[in-house]
Order: sequence, then structure tokens, then C-alpha cells
Amino acid sequence: MSLGRPLLRTSYSEDTAIFPTWFQKGAASFLLLSLVLMALGAPVFGDIPKFLLGNTWLNPVSKTLTFAVAALGINILVGVTGQVSLGHAFFMGSGAYTAVVLGGASDDGWRACIPFHDNLGLLEQQGECGLGLPMWIWLPASGAVAAMIGILVSPAAVKVRGLYLAIVTVGLVFIGLHLGRMLPEYAGDFESGRKWPKMDIRLWKEETPLVALNEDGQWFGLIYLSEEQKKFFFLLAVVMLMMWFAKNLVRTRTGRALQAIRDRDVAAEVMGVPEFHYKRLGFAISSFYAGIGGALFASLNGRVSPVDFGLLLSVDFIAILLIGGAGTIAGTILGTLFVELLPRMVEKLTAWMTSKLEGEGTISAIANFLLTSGQEGDFGPISISTTSPGWPMSVFLWNLVIYGVLIVVFLIFEPLGLFGIWLRVRNYWKGWPFSY
Amino acid sequence: MSNQDATASPLVGPLIEVDNVTLRFGGVTAIDGVSFHVTEGELFAVIGPNGAGKTSVFNSISQVYRPQEGDIRWKGESIMGQRPDAVAGLGIARTFQNIALFGQMTVIDNILTGRHIRMTGNWFQGMKWFGAGKREELENRERVEDIIDFLEIQQWRKFPVALLPYGIQKRVELGRALAMDPELLLLDEPVAGMNLEETEDMARFILDIREELGISMILVEHDMGLVMDIADRILVVDFGKPIGTGLPDEIQANPDVIAAYLGTELSDNVG
Repeated sequence: MSLGRPLLRTSYSEDTAIFPTWFQKGAASFLLLSLVLMALGAPVFGDIPKFLLGNTWLNPVSKTLTFAVAALGINILVGVTGQVSLGHAFFMGSGAYTAVVLGGASDDGWRACIPFHDNLGLLEQQGECGLGLPMWIWLPASGAVAAMIGILVSPAAVKVRGLYLAIVTVGLVFIGLHLGRMLPEYAGDFESGRKWPKMDIRLWKEETPLVALNEDGQWFGLIYLSEEQKKFFFLLAVVMLMMWFAKNLVRTRTGRALQAIRDRDVAAEVMGVPEFHYKRLGFAISSFYAGIGGALFASLNGRVSPVDFGLLLSVDFIAILLIGGAGTIAGTILGTLFVELLPRMVEKLTAWMTSKLEGEGTISAIANFLLTSGQEGDFGPISISTTSPGWPMSVFLWNLVIYGVLIVVFLIFEPLGLFGIWLRVRNYWKGWPFSY
Repeated sequence: MSNQDATASPLVGPLIEVDNVTLRFGGVTAIDGVSFHVTEGELFAVIGPNGAGKTSVFNSISQVYRPQEGDIRWKGESIMGQRPDAVAGLGIARTFQNIALFGQMTVIDNILTGRHIRMTGNWFQGMKWFGAGKREELENRERVEDIIDFLEIQQWRKFPVALLPYGIQKRVELGRALAMDPELLLLDEPVAGMNLEETEDMARFILDIREELGISMILVEHDMGLVMDIADRILVVDFGKPIGTGLPDEIQANPDVIAAYLGTELSDNVG
């Protein structure tokens, strides 16, 4: 490949490349490289990540990465195949609980895995089910089990469409929550949940893992990394791989069939695309991603209760799609970053402004204007108290308001989401100084 | 085989035979005993007033509708009861009266979707983008470029089709059907709503398809000038009933056809 004219492509393989221009290749490599360097502690963007997300900024970013995997899944189902599903939290949960059953440790061994074993008198006391298998089993298995459930659910998508399908899939979430309450052997305590298997790579059940992601230490004897850094790099690699798979899927035969069903299902059938087969496939692949994402999220968090896989999580994913831009891989990732990290940024900014209250200058003036510290005559809309119930509102309430307003604003003004904004900026500079 | 196939070639059997097909929706009889056949390389036209059941004939052939009576045979074998995608796999492609392109996909992706039945790559091969799967994608991309050249839509290649003008969309739809490498092409009003130049272009494409690619076609169209000029044989339907089959000249002279299109004098209707 030569460094020729940026828009002259001489082969179809060049034309179908993910990053067709040198600028895009460079920008993508730069982003990835700076992310890696930042994680290693290099001040690539100075203190900006620390300022926005706090000193332990890698933790929220890692959590976002696990969500990104699941979001890629909902993008395949809703954005690419056009089947609106509010059941994504359920698929995430089924992946997570597969992981905990296969990978979780238990004193009672397999006997605790028999449902209602307590009532059956099989054990002296209540135990939690866990087989203690290594990650290379529980991680793919969590995806596979979720995909299997997706396949079981998919006939519903052939029967009902649009809003009706959304409501059918909502039912799944409630079934999931109910199962969580019914089966403490698997789910642990309904409120506090149970402990997930740690992220470490073992061959089998041996004592010392090959690669311990959950402890500080040397990695492959080369470089000293903290626990957060190790997990971050592992998750980053997983997300990159999943993005690559998703992108390839969308640009090949199967992906086109899925999109054809989204745009015109009857025409797709007449073109030789069997509707049921591809809707089933869409559900399976989407749920696979959700399962992997759920297992990673739970493992990263350490302790998760069934309540976390509720309807709000499903709604979060739809919001991610709407804000990021449905149907696009880059948009999905952008949307996840936005939805997951924005609340934290708002919190950090508020905390920073609070620290500037007692001072002189513009920043202090703004802080005084926005914040209410409880003194007489203070009128700012944001309360520095975290438990403020009414006006002025606490930063947590403000986060909810911002979230809601964002969804409304994006739906009305930019249905293509953040990706649409990017397209507009790109096209502006492509044509500059002309208007098109 | 139906006995009215007087024009069928004795050497080669017809490509498709529609034999006494009746399609009802509740009390409405959309098609009432329609029979015809199309031989290889033939351009067969179905005409009739609005609501006569022309599009229903197409939907019955592609098995989107399931006729209650009669038989449809592809190269002598019945296709009744098969799924639409299986019918497509036999080599029957079609375009739609109201364009049914995949609006958010680009022109290239739309036509590549037409290649679906001629490709084999599954989701796994697609995901890894390596080896045979990638090779197949690129080979088919080349085929699509041939079709884009043929239909002269190079400049629209990477546009989402929903943004394109109507005439171009019609061409893309034709391209998507051609990409299936069909043996029979069903064209549902290919020049509806087009101006004279666009109609002439489309007529040229239709004739080129027959001459260069040798694909048989069934054409549903309201533009009588176009139909009479390019069709080999014509079937006229009215209220679902066939009222005449024959060469364009015969159809033009058929009193039943004239009655259906222009109406009859009042005295004939009374009594």
C-alpha cells in the first residue's frame, strides 16, 4: 500500500477496510496508544483523566469497558437487526450467573448446585453453588449460555415486532429478578448478592494462577503493574477483540442479511434471506456479547446482587444506543463512555467547584453561583449536600435529570447520536472551505 | 401441463408455469384462475387496470401469498408451499412496485445483499475476516461493481439508498435483483412514475438484460407504449380473471381487452 492520494483506492480490500484513510489509521492508533500510555501512568493528557474521574480513574473506565462489550451486543440486536429489546439486562445477568456457578468457589461443592437443596435436606445449612472452574471455561460459557437463552427467546421476535417485542422482552427481566429471589443457591442473598470468581487465568483449579489479574505484581516478569492496570489491559484487549468481531460481522454477508431484515423484512425474504434464521442469529450473537459483558462486569465488581440486572440496566443500554448512534460500532463505544462516565464527571466537577468556593476569581464566582453550601441567601441549583431531597438538588439527582434530558435532546436533534455529530464534523472539514 | 400452451416450444419446457391459480383474501378473490407460462429468454408482460391482481400474481410466484388453488411449477416442479427465501434460491428475483430497498444501507450493500443466495460465508467466517470468507466477500464485491457499471450508477455507490432520487432507486432495485444471478426476473412496474428519459433508460436496461444476460422476465406495467414495444407476449387480467393472452398485436385487437381498458358502450351493458 502506498501513501498516495487519500481517496484513491486500488483494491476492494482497501475499499472495505475499517480505517480506509491514513488519517483514520493514525488517529485510531494514536488514541489506542495514548490510552495504553495513560493507563501505564504517562501524563499523555496531563491530569485530565484524574481531574475528570478521580485518582482511581482506571476503575470506572474498566467498568465502562465491560459495559461496552454488552453494548456491542445490544447494537447488533437493536441497531443492526432492528429488533427492539429491553431484555438485555436479563441476558447480561444470565451470563453473569453462569460465570458464578461455573467459576465461583463453594464449600459444599456441586451438591449446593441442586436447586432447593436446603428444602430437600441435602445439606446441613444453606450453601452457594460453585464449581470453581477457571476463567477460560466460565467466560466463553457465560456467553454461550446467554446465547442459548437468546435462541430460545427469538421465536417471539418473528411473532411480534417493534413495541410489542420490547414489552415481551421486558418480561424476561422480571423473570430474571424473580429467579434471583427464588434461587439463593445461585444468586446469593437477594440484596447483597454473592462473590464472583476473580479475574485470573489458571489452567485448572491449581492454587497459584498463571496470570493473576487481581493482584499487584510483575506481569510475565517484565513490567510491574497494579491490579487496576492489569484488569484494564485485559478488558481493553477483550473489548478490542469484540469490536473487531462486531465490525467484521456487520460488513459481511451475515451482517448485511441482519440489516436487510431491519430495513425491509419482506423484501429481505424475497431476496433469499430467511427471516427467522437471521432473527435467531441476531438474538444469539447479541446475547453472547451480553453474557460475556455481564460475566466480566460481575467479576470486576466482585459482588453483585440480582437487583443490578433490573429493567433500568436495560434502559441504560437503549440510552447508550440512542446517544451513541444505533447501528454503528464506534457510536456504541462512544455512547457507553458517555452514559457510564458522565455522572462521575459531573460529581467530580461539583466536588472540585466545592473546593473553590472559598476563594477569589472567576472560578469561585461560578462555583458560588452554581452551588448552594447551606448558608443564608445562597441560591445555586446544586446542593453540596449529598442527601438534599428538594431544591437545590444534590448532584445525584442532577445526574438523573441530565441523563433524561440528554435522551430527549438526542432523539429530537441528533437521531444518529454522537456518531452523527462526528459525521457532521467530518463532512464539514472534508468540504471546507465549501459548504458541501 | 395446461393444454392452452400452444406457443410453448416443443424442445424446451417452459421455465415457469402458472396453472389455474386462485388466490382469495376472505371474500375477495384477488386472482381467479390465472394460467400462463414463460419460456426461456422470453419477455412476458402482465397488464390490467389497477387492482386487477397483477402484483398478487407476483406475490404468489414468490410465495409471499399462498394461493388456495392451482399450481405454480418451476422447470416442471411445483414450488407451492415453499418459503419465499427458498423460491429466491431457485433463481427467481424480483423488484417491487413501491421500492423495497434497504433504506439505511448503501447502494453497494443493497446489491451485495442480492448476492446473498450466491454466497456461502456464515457469521463465523464473517467475524474473523480472514481466508475464504474474506476472499468470497471481495469476489462478490467485484460482481457488484460489474452490475453498478451496467446500470450506470457509479456515482451513487456509497450513498445510503434512502437519500437517492426515485429513478436511481428503481435502478438500484433492478441491480439488487440482477445480483441474484436469476433465471427469471419479475419486474413490478419498473417505470412507474418516471419521466420519458428515465423510462427510455429503463427500457434500454430491460432489453440489455434480455439480450446480454439472457434472463427471462415477467413485466407488470401500466405504460402501454413500453409494454407493446418490448414484450414478446402479453397477459391481460381484469378483476383477477385472465381475459386474454397473446402477441402485442393480438392483444391490441382483442375486444375484451379494449372493453376492460376503455369500457363498453352503454347499450352493451344493459340487459
